[in-house]
This record gives sequence, structure tokens and C-alpha cells, in this order.
Amino acid sequence: MTEGLWVYLATSPLLWLAATLAVWLAATGLAGLSPGNPLLNPILFSIAAIATVLCVSGIDYAAYFEGAQFIHFLLGPATVALGIPLYEKLSLVKSNLLPLLAALFAGSLAAVGSTVVFSRLFGFTPEVVASLAPKSTTAAVAMAISSGLAGDPALTAAVVVLTGICGAIVVTPMMNAMRIKDYSARGFAVGLASHGIGTARAYSVDPVAGLFSGIAMGLNAVLTSLIVHLFL
Amino acid sequence: MLVGITILLVFQLIGEVTAYFLGGFVPGPVIGMAMIAVVLTLTGGKPLLESAHRQTLDTSRAILANLGILFVPAGVGIIQHLDLIRDRGLALLAIVLLSTVITLAVTVWVFILVKRLSGGYADD
Repeated sequence: MTEGLWVYLATSPLLWLAATLAVWLAATGLAGLSPGNPLLNPILFSIAAIATVLCVSGIDYAAYFEGAQFIHFLLGPATVALGIPLYEKLSLVKSNLLPLLAALFAGSLAAVGSTVVFSRLFGFTPEVVASLAPKSTTAAVAMAISSGLAGDPALTAAVVVLTGICGAIVVTPMMNAMRIKDYSARGFAVGLASHGIGTARAYSVDPVAGLFSGIAMGLNAVLTSLIVHLFL
Repeated sequence: MLVGITILLVFQLIGEVTAYFLGGFVPGPVIGMAMIAVVLTLTGGKPLLESAHRQTLDTSRAILANLGILFVPAGVGIIQHLDLIRDRGLALLAIVLLSTVITLAVTVWVFILVKRLSGGYADD
């Protein structure tokens, strides 16, 4: 009887939609116990927890995605919503226009260029190189770029999340070691390198950093979708 | 709420249609993002559109405040690549770590250098 119920629920979208939301709420609650500890990153925790459950119970990703797609779909409107901080902080963008544009071009080139060069050095196939190239942009954009370049969007999504978590963990100790005190510059760097996950981290450190991080994420999404064509 | 989400989806739709005609060179949601920023700037302060404006901003803030969960479904897709991770996981991690550190350093240095050259730190 209970086995029948499990089979019934495991194939319905409801279970995995509810599970993703519940795990996320638990993960953010856990992160709140030790604020600022990047290892308790709720995105990393949620992915690890759900992936473990799926692997142990032998549920395939397609069955999980039946439910999770309703959350995934919101990446599109969320990307559009990134235009709102750009609009609200237009005066801040204008007053920092030169450093902002210079850092945008240099950072975007560094992000795509270093990824393509390193992944070719490590001998990855062209499909994997194309999947990694847009990894600094937000997931929705990176996946769209990757499929346009004949990469694998699922691999891109995983690497995008890894890049985000990596940047969120590294940025504070790294910027402190470099003695960078300008939070607009620190935020801009982490938003460009680590998209939304970096921006969430930046907002938890300093509101100005969060703001510039959001601006960088939005602008880099536009620029990377153009720049990848220089490398691939 | 409903007005806000409708406006976001309509801009995404316009972006996707534009992307289709541009041959997929730039992703649709990115075009939608640029367009909504421009349209909000052009229509800001118009009394007729004030309510739509406010609802768009409120909905967007609610979505952006919970941005993290939107990455979870795609991230779980990693289970489709367990063999790649087992065989080349360390190389992947090395690429991501190196390239992220380089990107952070280049971006922050160029930002600070150009801000200094253009007199942005005049009050220091």
C-alpha cells in the first residue's frame, strides 16, 4: 500500500515541486543560523540534498523536472526583472559610467576567455567547452547561450551554479586580502563573475555591493551573449 | 502582483520574438531585460502608469529576493553528469576556481583603476 502511494506520488509533479520548495525553506533557515558562512549556501545545500534523494531512490532527473519545471520557468521573468534594479539605479550607473563600462568589458573578456583557454588546455571536447564558456552569466542566459553554441544546457546549469557558489565563497577573503575597500567595485566584480548567487552574497555583505552586483550581472548577461562568438 | 507578472512575461515574450528575428544571437530574456529598463525610464513619473509601475517594481523585488531557489531545478541536473564529474571533476573544479579568481581580480582592478583615473575618488 505505502509502496503504491510512493509510486503514485513520485511520478506526479506535486511531490517534487513541494519537495523543492520545502528543502529550499529548510536550507535558508539553516543558512540563517550562521549568517555569512558561505559553505552553508542554501543553493548548494538544496541541490546536494535533492540530488542525494534522487540518486538513492533511483528517480531520474526527467521525473523530478516534471515538478521542478514550474520553479525553473520563473528564471525567464526573473531575468527580465533584473532590468528593474538597472532602472532604479540609473543615476548610480551614470555617475560611475566609465569604470563600470571598462570593468564590464575587461571582466567579461576575462571570464569567457580564461574559461575557454583552460578547458581547451585540459582537453575537454568542444561540446563541454561551449557548455562552460558562459558560466559567469545567470542560469537562464547561460543555458540559452550554451544551447545556441551546441553545448549541453544541463551541464551549463550545473557549472553556472558551481561558479556562483565558488565566487560567493572566495570573494570576501580575496577582496580583503587585496585590500579593496570600495564596495561598489567589490560588488561589481562578484556580480560579473558569479551572477545571482554572487549578488545574493553581495547583498548580505553590503547594500551598495549588492546593488552594483545586480547591475554587473544584468550588463554581463548582455555582453557575454555577444562576446562568446569571439571565442567559439 | 498579477499586473506585475503579466508585464514581466510580456517583456520576455517581446524579447523572445526579437531574439527569433535576430537569429538567437542574444537570448530573449536579456533583450526583455534591456527593454523593460528603457521603457520604465521613458514612462517614469507618468500618473496614468503609476500603478502599473509600482506593481512591476513590487513583483520584481519579490522575485529577485528569492532568486536563489530558481537555480535549484537546473542545478539538480548535475545528476545526469555523474560520470563526467567522477572522471573529470577535479579538472572542472580547477577551471571554475581559476577562471572565477581571474575574473574577480581583473574586474575589480579595472573598476578601481578607471574610477581613479576619471577622478571618482576625488573626495579621498
